[in-house]
Amino acid sequence: MREVIMGYQGEMSLKGLNRNQFETALMKILRYRLKTVGKFNIYCAQSTFYMEPEEEDIDMDLAFERVSKVFGLAAVSRSVVCEKDFDTICRTAEEYLGQQLRDVRTFKVEARRADKTYPMTSPELMRELGAYLLGKHNYLRVDVRNPQFKVIVEIRDHGAYVHGPKIPGEGGLPVGTSGRALNMLSGGIDSPVAAYRMARRGLALDHIHFASPPYTSERAKLKVKALAQRTAVYTGSCNLFVVPYTKPQEYIRDNAPAMLFTVLMRRSMMRIANQIARRQGCEALITGESLAQVASQTVKALQCTDAAQDLPVLRPLIGMDKTEIIETARHINTFETSILPYEDCCTIFTPPHPKIRPELAEILEAEAGMPGLAALEQQAAEETERIRIRLDDEIDFE
Amino acid sequence: MLQNPGLHYLDNAATTIVAPEVADVIHRAMLEHWANPSSLYTPGAESEAALSAARAALARTLGCKSRELYFTSCGSESNNLALLGGALTKKFGKEIVVSGFEHPSVRRPLERLAGMGYTVHFVNPEPDGSLDIRKMLAHVNRSTILVACMMVNNETGARVEVEKLAAEVKKINPRTMVHVDAVQAWMRLPIKLANIDSLAVSGHKIHAPKGVAALYLSDSLAQSFQPPYLGGEQEREKRPGTENLPYALGLAAAAKRLAGNMKQRNEQIAALNRRLREGLSVFPEVEINTPENAVPELLNFSENCIKSETMLAYLAQQQIYVSAASACGRGQPSHTLAAMGRPALAIDTAIRVSFCADNTPEDVDAFLERFEEGMKTLQRIHK
Repeated sequence: MREVIMGYQGEMSLKGLNRNQFETALMKILRYRLKTVGKFNIYCAQSTFYMEPEEEDIDMDLAFERVSKVFGLAAVSRSVVCEKDFDTICRTAEEYLGQQLRDVRTFKVEARRADKTYPMTSPELMRELGAYLLGKHNYLRVDVRNPQFKVIVEIRDHGAYVHGPKIPGEGGLPVGTSGRALNMLSGGIDSPVAAYRMARRGLALDHIHFASPPYTSERAKLKVKALAQRTAVYTGSCNLFVVPYTKPQEYIRDNAPAMLFTVLMRRSMMRIANQIARRQGCEALITGESLAQVASQTVKALQCTDAAQDLPVLRPLIGMDKTEIIETARHINTFETSILPYEDCCTIFTPPHPKIRPELAEILEAEAGMPGLAALEQQAAEETERIRIRLDDEIDFE
Repeated sequence: MLQNPGLHYLDNAATTIVAPEVADVIHRAMLEHWANPSSLYTPGAESEAALSAARAALARTLGCKSRELYFTSCGSESNNLALLGGALTKKFGKEIVVSGFEHPSVRRPLERLAGMGYTVHFVNPEPDGSLDIRKMLAHVNRSTILVACMMVNNETGARVEVEKLAAEVKKINPRTMVHVDAVQAWMRLPIKLANIDSLAVSGHKIHAPKGVAALYLSDSLAQSFQPPYLGGEQEREKRPGTENLPYALGLAAAAKRLAGNMKQRNEQIAALNRRLREGLSVFPEVEINTPENAVPELLNFSENCIKSETMLAYLAQQQIYVSAASACGRGQPSHTLAAMGRPALAIDTAIRVSFCADNTPEDVDAFLERFEEGMKTLQRIHK
């Protein structure tokens, strides 16, 4: 049996004249994701992407797994291609789907005929194939309104396709079609989820991480790398920028009121992120902030961080509860890594009583008292290390 | 370190650097003794002879018979084998007594047994880190099948007089099995096996590589011993699986290397320990967690100012390597210090320094110098 993978467009199919740009982008992504699995012929027809293996012994389970995590596909399925004569179609349907029909009580057959020269009409096909399958499974009933299982047959020019069950895809838009942004990755639960959410809206992204050795350890950095690798399954290969942030952080600690420390630090991080983003051609910053989760994420505090630099700051988790965020973190398989107990840059030097509603005026005043900060930020940005995160890299940190 | 003056490896309780002569023995054995020791042809017989020689050499360093020694893959395996096997063997009761500061490879198998219906008494150490063996003995009775205790604690270096404990246990109940985890004690203290039924030792704490260890099972226990896993007839069926011959030879070589000069090494290491204690005494915040009776190889203290994780990373920038609690916990808070009833701040700021004979006074000085800098410059915990 020759199997193919099919991906169905979601939101993309609503696009107007620029739809082919999205299709081209998605095709490019699919080609890239499947490149290391084997040789595939990938094309798009009638809002469906077809991925046909061109070699024997390709690991189709792996290919399917890869494809099911590509943004832009509302659903994915596998199907087998066979000769178009009716007997072969019947045998193929039984062989491919028989096991699954044994687990249900009701089913229906759907048929589509792209090849209009085919001797049977679609209703005839449905009826005859349904009768054949009923003969094989005498406990089944046909239910055309609400079947537990749908057998779908498609007659196309060069063969008949018998479809397996459709599985929901990740939805969203192809990565890269909305531009590029820089995600601030701390090592906690939220930031990988933020990256996932924004990549799903079509943003290609790089990550930036602030490390403060010796307060943060080498293991904390490896943890962040592992998080970037896990999200790369969705976002594709990317860069991880690690900023050596000890000096600016110590400078702020020593020269500013303790209760404003967190907001001042976030503003400083935003400024460095802005520099790196511009260098990388990123058009926005992404953070995992969720309103009122901590003192630096109140509306007032967000106003202060927003004013630090001029790129738009995207906060996809702003209205989400922690429980919802954790749910998504589990879905994208980053939760277990995120909760490893290593200190990160956001938790060190934090004052016991931070100011919950800081005023921008007092923040600016505090910054005026730190004339040396800009130079330290500049130096940190220049000494930033770039780590390449590739989709196929093994995650070597548990 | 003697080998490399720039490196200050002070975490020898986590693991030790493999001695070059041990590595040589293993390298040669890998190339020469390739045959399975169970095979009948000549190379197989040669492998078996080499294995027997290694076992005999190892037995001499422990003062037991060769047939009482079983090669295993690690200290954890030795402990599991002895404890789970002991429970399968001793059927006359359901009570177990164990100290409250054991390594997880002793604690967790016993917790499993507790879940299977055994009554396990955990006896916590005193606030100074030492263990009162009278408190353990108080729990021993006619239905106690097993008493387990480590000889040297892996986090504080506290010594337990296991020989005395074993003798007293046997007076109360001669049928009780006594297991000793001697992984941290081996080659640091003389070990007398009288009254002890099983004892675990490990290679990578004595300059052999990771992946080889041994278990002593007394002849009398071995006769009825039911191993927890089954397989071929290797290691007299107590630990089935093809023997790791090169590493077994390495283990014997490492043991032989250290067995002769234990006293001299101890003096040398005690001097390092004194030097470190003196250096630390100038810091009013520092509290020593290691009890008086401890081995000199380990010194555990709390600086009560800076998170251990931060201090460790700061020291590591100068190739000074120490640890917080034990390496087996991977950053988890110390259960030994918690069992001693130490406050949270002391646990969060604990540092363990552990020596070997290759350490020099320069290592201690480098540590103290960097530690002092760290205490001055690093961010302190808000109290």
